[in-house]
Amino acid sequence: MQNETADFEITLRPNTGWMQLDLKEIWSYRDLLFLLVWRDFVAKYKQTVLGPLWFIVQPLMMSVVFTVIFGNVAKLSTDGLPKMLFYLCGQLGWTYFAQNFNSNSATLVNNAGLFSKVYFPRLVVPLSSLISNLFTFCIQAATFLAFFAYYKYFLHTEGLRMDWRAVFLPLLVLQSAALSLGLGLLMSALTAKYRDLVHLSPLLIQLWMYATPVIIPLSEFPEKWRWVVALNPMTSIVESFRLMLLGAGTVEPLYLGLSVIFTLVVLVIGVLLFGKVEKTFVDTV
Amino acid sequence: MSRPAIEVRNISKSYDLGSIGATSLKDELERLWKKVRGREVSARKGQFKALDDISFDVQPGQIVGIIGRNGAGKSTLLKILSHITEPTSGEIVLRGRVSSLLEVGMGFHPDLTGRENIFLNGAILGMKKAEIREKLDEIIAFAEVEKFIDTPVKRYSSGMYVRLAFAVAAHMEPEILILDEVLAVGDARFQEKCLKKIRAVAGGGRTVLMVSHNMSAVRSLCDHACVLHQGRLIQTGDPEECTETYLGIYHPTTESGVVDFKKPENETAWMKRARLYCDGQLGTQLEMGKPLSVEIDFESETEMEPGIGIVINGPEGAKILHASTRNAPSPSFRQPVKGGTIRCDFGEIPFTAGRYTLSFWFGGLSYDTHAEDPCFSFEVIERDLWGCARPYQAAHSILWWPAKFELQG
Repeated sequence: MQNETADFEITLRPNTGWMQLDLKEIWSYRDLLFLLVWRDFVAKYKQTVLGPLWFIVQPLMMSVVFTVIFGNVAKLSTDGLPKMLFYLCGQLGWTYFAQNFNSNSATLVNNAGLFSKVYFPRLVVPLSSLISNLFTFCIQAATFLAFFAYYKYFLHTEGLRMDWRAVFLPLLVLQSAALSLGLGLLMSALTAKYRDLVHLSPLLIQLWMYATPVIIPLSEFPEKWRWVVALNPMTSIVESFRLMLLGAGTVEPLYLGLSVIFTLVVLVIGVLLFGKVEKTFVDTV
Repeated sequence: MSRPAIEVRNISKSYDLGSIGATSLKDELERLWKKVRGREVSARKGQFKALDDISFDVQPGQIVGIIGRNGAGKSTLLKILSHITEPTSGEIVLRGRVSSLLEVGMGFHPDLTGRENIFLNGAILGMKKAEIREKLDEIIAFAEVEKFIDTPVKRYSSGMYVRLAFAVAAHMEPEILILDEVLAVGDARFQEKCLKKIRAVAGGGRTVLMVSHNMSAVRSLCDHACVLHQGRLIQTGDPEECTETYLGIYHPTTESGVVDFKKPENETAWMKRARLYCDGQLGTQLEMGKPLSVEIDFESETEMEPGIGIVINGPEGAKILHASTRNAPSPSFRQPVKGGTIRCDFGEIPFTAGRYTLSFWFGGLSYDTHAEDPCFSFEVIERDLWGCARPYQAAHSILWWPAKFELQG
């Protein structure tokens, strides 16, 4: 073993460049990555009675609230879909992104103690939350499917069909992950410098949900203003979720394309800025 | 032989004064606002050099101790070496897999069991899962927590917790191990076990770099030492000589036995001068078992009832003795005075050989006005008190005691 790694040599010097991403190093820490995922999962549900069932309760309750308030009281359109399914699907598309953003934007600040005592590639932490949040997503997706089946086969709701394009769903999930990682890292890097943003991030994500067609479908917006809502990269994602899973949604290739480009740009900026900040951030906490 | 395991070349690290700690958005906006209105923006408050042009080499298999007073830059150096932060200038080459241990129990999650935390902590320290699994039994045995290994660590006693944490760290097998003060975990018996383990690690051809305040550990463990003082490397080499240098910095020598103090600002009562008497003579050399006394001249702008305290610090810097007029039964001085001399007789203090220092504080009946950190040192010289050819040794304990022994039955 000694000889094997004898040529192992690293040089530490002040970093000047921007290109800091070392994927090989992250790969060598994959055990840590999966242990962190597993820790998140286990630690969250130790001493709870319902355990992972909490993943179902939260979006379910939200959907019920939405159905009552926005559907029945405010009588907002749901593109002709059953209200419960409409909101469940909207949340399915939204929650994964929101959860990732929340956990990633606090990465540096929440782990300051750990990061100032030991070195490992910092990106491992946000990557691990992308994976552990994926569990939540899967459980939510299963809940949605159960409701879908109930509406389709027990209530025989008219016009309810899953589109063949649903096979591309994983690509959308990947895009959500990339977008939330990019934005989360960006926010995290800024939060390390401006602590005020700790308070801003949760607020931002709440407001963002209302700017995304989670509750009001894009088709409800006046044609003239639709492009404004569609500039939001999450709009295409949430609408695509509905189109694929429920067969009703407003997806235009142009907006979807813009959303993908936006995602890639944000991801690159986020990763690079995070890489720059993580090197010296322990000096300022 | 081979090339050095660690090469440190002209490392400097500076911090911006005043902006240590995160800047708030408000500050930044204020500066911007001032700029917009054409006002002058106050300059940043200057820089502080935590490390100043440090260079040294560590050969493979060496155990190197880094010593220095608080704030000398030791922790900063370790953080740079451990890749946690980067130097402002200079370069470090590390040849071999590095693990650093600046704190024990990093990433421990209170809700996870001991066994689960071993895996998590090991992975954080850079071990592979397979490696940890292989060493699991050894780690558990070393930590002596077999019975509780499947209990969440939040139910552990603090002793069990640190033992487990150290055990994980001790079973890493890096080529270069960087340690900070972690020797001080657990009770004396476990500390001994830790030291033994570190020695074994280094004996296996690995390179160890450690920061410590424990001079006897540095002397017995290390074969090389570096002394840092105010961000500069002032000496490298033999640990024996380096610890001497360190103690020299820490303990000002005042061979005459007289020290003059400066009047502290904004205080109305202060100590002017202290005199040390060893066996009745002004001086700083005290033979074991001879009496020690101190005299302090003080002055006050107003009439006061003076109170004074003297702390004696041991060879490793620990406070070992405190004598004060406030805690003593006999007279606090109830007569208001505007100056004078207080004499304190320690009698025969049972110290073994070594260098001790004195700190003073001074004030009224219940408030301090003047304190002097270790400002005075004296040396206790070994002496065979009872002619039994086996004088008490400093290596055994700081204090000796004239206990009465009696054989019964």
